[in-house]
Amino acid sequence: MMNWLLEPLTYEFMQNALAAGILVGILCPIVGTYLVVQRMALLGDVIAHAVLPGLAIANFLGIELLIGAFAFGMLSTFVITWIRTQSRVKVDAAMALTFASFFALGVTLLKLLHSRLDLEELLFGDILSVTIADVWRIGLIGLAVLVAIKLFYKELLFYTFDRTGAEAVGLPVHKIHLGLMTGITLTLIVGMKIVGVILVVSLMVGPAITAYLLVKELHQMMIVGAGVGTLASLVGMYLSYYLDLPSGPAIALTVFAFFLLALLFSPSQGIVTRRWWRSVPSRSHR
Amino acid sequence: MLEVERLSVHYRDAWALENINFAAASGEMIGLIGPNGAGKSTLIKALLGLLPMQGEATLNGISLRQQRHRIAYVPQRSQIDWDYPVTAWNVVMMARTASLGWFRKPNCQAEQIVQAALERVEMFDLRQRQIGQLSGGQQQRIFLARALAQQADLFLFDEPFTGIDKKTEAIMLGIFAELRAQGKTLLICNHEWGKALNRYDRLLLLNRVLLADDTPKAVMTFDNIQRAYGENLQPVAQQAELPFFC
Repeated sequence: MMNWLLEPLTYEFMQNALAAGILVGILCPIVGTYLVVQRMALLGDVIAHAVLPGLAIANFLGIELLIGAFAFGMLSTFVITWIRTQSRVKVDAAMALTFASFFALGVTLLKLLHSRLDLEELLFGDILSVTIADVWRIGLIGLAVLVAIKLFYKELLFYTFDRTGAEAVGLPVHKIHLGLMTGITLTLIVGMKIVGVILVVSLMVGPAITAYLLVKELHQMMIVGAGVGTLASLVGMYLSYYLDLPSGPAIALTVFAFFLLALLFSPSQGIVTRRWWRSVPSRSHR
Repeated sequence: MLEVERLSVHYRDAWALENINFAAASGEMIGLIGPNGAGKSTLIKALLGLLPMQGEATLNGISLRQQRHRIAYVPQRSQIDWDYPVTAWNVVMMARTASLGWFRKPNCQAEQIVQAALERVEMFDLRQRQIGQLSGGQQQRIFLARALAQQADLFLFDEPFTGIDKKTEAIMLGIFAELRAQGKTLLICNHEWGKALNRYDRLLLLNRVLLADDTPKAVMTFDNIQRAYGENLQPVAQQAELPFFC
């Protein structure tokens, strides 16, 4: 067993991948908590897909991929807001169209600009491609996002719980929204290095809703979510290593397994636990 | 003293409110009534600065927009996601967010204010409950505590009496009386008719424009009701005496 765990660590790429996996496993669920409590989980999916044209253009121009990805991720949130506020079109339809269109534009640009980016690696993640520079980048961005959440925690709590009330007491809700979108987009971008564009939303939302079934406060949801995310990320990466799977699907399926466990056995809300508690008094009657 | 002058709100190609003028002295409790879609909630939201409006709204001579933290607001129950992972204590603590300022954690004073507010609504013992695990009346009391903890001068309530129990109603009315005695101004949106409306100092009858502004007795006349609710009311009125005729 020990050998099984330690053997991959002898490779440098795997050390990098595991370090990045732990960082992403902590960061994604903490930021994802805000997506879940605002019922915006799908927005994460939209932004993740929408960064693709940015990656293609940045690669073509030879600039930092992160900048292109960030620009297009944020642009997609503005497009959604713009469609929603300028017409009667509801947010779900606006999101569906934006996400498909940006993704299509991304695939088109990758082709037209003869990009050397590997589409499959972008879509599903690849632990072989994680460099030490990536680990530093993820670490620094993650630190910045987490510090911002810590500093603005009480404002973010008020805003996400009761936006109208927050606006009524004069909190700058538009700036808070923009800040939140920035944090979400940055997190998605660093997360997709490990999990890939298509599946990164699973690492943001899955551990967060797993924690949601176990605790009763937002900060607890973040802490438990980060624990679940880290564990799922590590388990997924070992599966990826030994079964030669892309890391994204391996992690996403592990996340889902943890969620199922919580859904069935959560002490307060689990399906099985609830049945069990209900059956206890009836047994004692007999 | 709350003064509202020539307040109009334009919403989706139509006037939701037109030329509303009224004043409310400190210590006054005013009921806001009118049919569905009359603009009751719109008026409250405009006063809170949540909707663009024309005209002026001032509290003690200063524009409401410049002193938003002095206005406490209890939203309609339907506006809140009751499954949100937050405890009763932390909901009430939100009232202190603006006064604490950026980057500051709740201090001792804020905690004392929150504790006092929770004790006043008899919810201190349940402070660690997640809000979804409270009854409708208890949830309403938590929001009442949040309004109290804000230590505001103007209180706006959007249908606070909807779906609550007797105990909550009694606590709420007790608090309203205390706030009036402290010289606070209360504006309460109501959608039910009945004798209960007599508890207000004044009623504002609203249907896009301000139809009446007077004592409850003077406002609750058949003529006024017909003006607000339209012709549809007539057949019902002939068959049975309306409950608000006291």
